[in-house]
Amino acid sequence: LQLEEDEAKDSFDVDVAVTNPEKVVQFKDTSLPMFRSKAFTVRRRYSDFLGLYEKLSVKQSLLGCIIPPPPEKSVVGMTKVKVGMDDPSSVEFVERRRAALERYLQRVVSHPSLLQDPDVREFLEREELPRAVSTQALSGAGFLKMINKASDAVNKMTIKMNESDTWFEDKFQEVENEEQQLRKLHALVDSLVNHRKELCGNTAVFAKSMAMLGNSEDNTALSRALSQLAEVEDKMEQLHQEQAASDFFIFEELLADYIRLLGAMRGCFDQRMRAWQRWQEAQSTLQKKREAEAKLLWANKPDKLQQAKDEITEWEARVTQYERDFDRVGMTVRKEVLRFEKEKAKDFKSQIIKYLEAMLQSQQRLIKFWEAFLPEAKAIA
Amino acid sequence: MMEEVKEVTPTLSVHADNIKVTEVLKEGDTLTFIIVSQKLSGTGEYHVDRTYDDFEWLQQHLFSQEDVPGIQGVIFPPLPAKAQVNASAKVMKQLGFLGLEEWQPYCKALENFLQQIAAHSILCKNKALEIFLTSSDPPGRQRVRKNIFNRLSQAVVEMRKESHKDVDEFFQTERDHNLVLTGCTKTATERFLDVVLTEQKIAVACGHFSAALQLCVEQGEDPDKQAFSKACVKLSEVFNSMMKNMTSVAENNVNTLGVGLDLESRYQEAEKEMLFRRTCKLVELETARRNAEKAKPVKKAAMEEVKKAAETEFDHICGVAKQEIAQFHGLRVKMLQQALVQWCEKQLLTAKEKADQFDQHLQAFRGMA
Repeated sequence: LQLEEDEAKDSFDVDVAVTNPEKVVQFKDTSLPMFRSKAFTVRRRYSDFLGLYEKLSVKQSLLGCIIPPPPEKSVVGMTKVKVGMDDPSSVEFVERRRAALERYLQRVVSHPSLLQDPDVREFLEREELPRAVSTQALSGAGFLKMINKASDAVNKMTIKMNESDTWFEDKFQEVENEEQQLRKLHALVDSLVNHRKELCGNTAVFAKSMAMLGNSEDNTALSRALSQLAEVEDKMEQLHQEQAASDFFIFEELLADYIRLLGAMRGCFDQRMRAWQRWQEAQSTLQKKREAEAKLLWANKPDKLQQAKDEITEWEARVTQYERDFDRVGMTVRKEVLRFEKEKAKDFKSQIIKYLEAMLQSQQRLIKFWEAFLPEAKAIA
Repeated sequence: MMEEVKEVTPTLSVHADNIKVTEVLKEGDTLTFIIVSQKLSGTGEYHVDRTYDDFEWLQQHLFSQEDVPGIQGVIFPPLPAKAQVNASAKVMKQLGFLGLEEWQPYCKALENFLQQIAAHSILCKNKALEIFLTSSDPPGRQRVRKNIFNRLSQAVVEMRKESHKDVDEFFQTERDHNLVLTGCTKTATERFLDVVLTEQKIAVACGHFSAALQLCVEQGEDPDKQAFSKACVKLSEVFNSMMKNMTSVAENNVNTLGVGLDLESRYQEAEKEMLFRRTCKLVELETARRNAEKAKPVKKAAMEEVKKAAETEFDHICGVAKQEIAQFHGLRVKMLQQALVQWCEKQLLTAKEKADQFDQHLQAFRGMA
């Protein structure tokens, strides 16, 4: 209950946008008193974004935060190769990257803890950032490998955790199930986008063939109507392109983002397990130290005894610290999960509305095309 | 070809423009078509069942009317290729639009075939048509003898004649124009079919996505989970609507412009065949003239006979052909206009329906807490 109250206070509103030319990425944001000025623009390289993620992961994930994953260098393992989307020189690829970087930043700044992080502030404000190194690891394959490595470590734990509260187990299962379902949805949308692109191609070719037919036609009115038909089909090709882009940018990328976010969430659960493990191992070490002390007492070796006592004190402190860490991570994970679910519901709803609005607009234009063509068709005598 | 039968004593005892192919039945591997026509006298109807072989029987009879002068100048209404249950990919490709939508376009094509024959001033007089439409027994499944109209049996040598220079500017122009149009129309028809097939794929994909979204409903009383589940269910409805809409769009395409282009394409081919027959006759005539000229006195009279016969036949053919071409020009413009208007009207209606639906979906989403 305390957690939910805290959520209500977090009503920051930082807007970031990523604009393009070419490979240089600029963005501007309007912001709060905590920043230097109200609105400004900085230029960032693609590797700067990856560098930010790396810095955040190192710090924040230990605390159980869900760090939004960066857009991948190339699309690995999630989509079939599509004409345009994977070709770095194409307009679509550039737009795709821009949109992905923007969504990434928006997620970072809408996270109350991350927004306060000095690395994030530096990213948003500083004129020139030093070049980030070692961002190779953060290409798509690298990112997935990192997540899976953490999971493997957890699976290899010898001491099994005894959950007094099944909340974490249940949630983890839910996360895994959800990831499966989203992957399925993603594959289906990918298939749909591919078919729409195919329709674009077919429509363009059909339009050309109708133009040729119109040109060869003797009857003036019929020739005119066929040429108009060719123009209508050209316009429809444009609509199909936009529809494909809608499907892709609104749904396919959204699903891909959430699949990655769920991966990051699994990472959080693993962090909690690691914290628990650390605590357990410390307790076990403490136990060993106590046994060693007992042995020394019995063997009557006073010189080593002081060292043993010191070590016990040290490890008692560690045990206390690690227990606190574990509890804190647990609390953060719970908070993050609730926040995630809230954001997810909001995100999906707003994207769906955006989709429907685009769709409706498309349809209105289509209606106009048909209404304009009808008199032409009727005029054929 | 489309003129009303104005004869005082029509041979055909049914109304030409009312012939309907009402049903298609699958009996094993065969497709059987039910044909209904209205009696001219009184208020009765004829109901007959025919297979593709019966249609071919009719066509062969029309082709083999050698006693009718100038018959080779007729543009014969084209019969679609044979439809089969469980047709091979090759057959389906050949049928194009006619193979879609549960054979409904195919039935329409057969119907059009019969109506055009019944409305044709020369062809409607053939007894085979009367028997086909009214006899309760199938007209006979035995093959009529093959005739010269069967293009497929013509030797390669004959093909050279296609480009034989014409003596008449009217016909040369028509041949050239027809050549261009047949090519363009065939291409346009094939391209449009590709469009329709992709639209069908999109409809299926929308259906799959809609179904998968239903499975994303999450249990629990958590308000955010419930909100997400509700969004998934509503989105599933949206994509279900999209599937239905895309299916309608594809159907409209098939039933109006698709079959329209298909019919135009087949009619252009029919005209091409008529023009080719005439060209072959022209070559025959020119050969006969040369033979008559070069003939030795012994053979001269005989060769002159042959030449005269060839000239007469050729003149008859040209006469009929000129009429047929004029009527064809009028008919095809009318057919295409009809197809285009219907296409546009249907798609406009479907587009408006979709806009309304999506407006409703949008309002519903906005209203969601």
